[in-house]
Amino acid sequence: MQTNELIDLLAADAGPVARSEPAQRLALGAGAGVMIVLVLVLGWLGLRPDLAKAMGGVFFWIKATYTAGLGVAGFWAVERLGRPGVSAKRPGAIGASILLVFVLAALAQGVGMTGPTRLVAVQGVSWTVCTRNIAVLAAPLLAITLMILRQMAPTRPTLTGFAAGAFSGALAATLYGLHCPEATFVFVALWYTLGVAVSGGVGAVLGRWALRW
Amino acid sequence: MDELESTLKPLMLDGLNGDAQAHARLLKLLSDRLRAYFGRRLLASPDDVEDLVQETLLAVHLRRATYDRAQPFTAWAHAIARYKLIDHWRRRKIRATVPLDDVADFLASAPVDADAGLDLTRVLSTLPDRQRALVDDVKVQGLSLSEAGLRGGLSEGAAKVALHRALKVLAERLRHADQ
Repeated sequence: MQTNELIDLLAADAGPVARSEPAQRLALGAGAGVMIVLVLVLGWLGLRPDLAKAMGGVFFWIKATYTAGLGVAGFWAVERLGRPGVSAKRPGAIGASILLVFVLAALAQGVGMTGPTRLVAVQGVSWTVCTRNIAVLAAPLLAITLMILRQMAPTRPTLTGFAAGAFSGALAATLYGLHCPEATFVFVALWYTLGVAVSGGVGAVLGRWALRW
Repeated sequence: MDELESTLKPLMLDGLNGDAQAHARLLKLLSDRLRAYFGRRLLASPDDVEDLVQETLLAVHLRRATYDRAQPFTAWAHAIARYKLIDHWRRRKIRATVPLDDVADFLASAPVDADAGLDLTRVLSTLPDRQRALVDDVKVQGLSLSEAGLRGGLSEGAAKVALHRALKVLAERLRHADQ
């Protein structure tokens, strides 16, 4: 086929494109994914029994702000990385800053503890399952995000996959807070963050393979 | 560079607003750039150049919603061309790094003559009859979508959807055509 013929063909397919299209699709996908994760939290893990009381406290919200903040930075990065020729440095820097602040808070808290208390803080009551739970909860959201990204045009598949995974992990971690009773900076900075990182790693591996176009 | 940007970007914006003529003009100008850009980087396999031009045009068209209207158009188009070139080498298992080119280099490419894309011709023949007939009617006979749809017993809306779907299939199969 001649290139000019192809161009005529493409021109025949040139309808108007809404300005907000890719971002909107990503947001809708994220909304659907969050619903699925919520159903999983409720049906599989269950709410923490003291949820109402915990919501009256401060740390519940600090924890949620940390993970949701990572999620917002992740969403922004995904939206940028899905577009060719656009930098994702700013959302990356914001995500890294949020992480840094929280890790510093955890270090400060850990340093102020005596040896045995520190171990209790690190292990909490659920350190063996926390990271795994977050990674599993993130999976449906990650699948949806990658599917939408395939329709966009990511030119850096591995990095984009990582951003998609970290975004999914961070939102999953936020909802996981409805189940998980852990309430120290030390625990959250370690195991929650690791859950987000694992999801990011899975996203990077999948992205390398799935985000080709 | 600024001259090309100031030519292409308005065409892209008009195209995104549904102006098919502006869109065709944009793709035509872009195809000249792409041909020269790929030509200089595929010296060992000149037969692949037009196939890659066509694959990139399809990608530019099908993924044009990812263009952020606040950004330079040429940066967007260059990133797609570069990605398609690297992807081409990866599929061919050629270990080559793209020369450290930038957008200015992409823009400076001088036009060369076009060949026919063999891969696209081949891939077109793998489409289901109905889609192929529609593509042929629009491409070869130069019919409008509504006329072409009428011949195939489709409403204009259905013809539109069918054409878009056919283009997506072509783009996907084109990527694997040389394997």
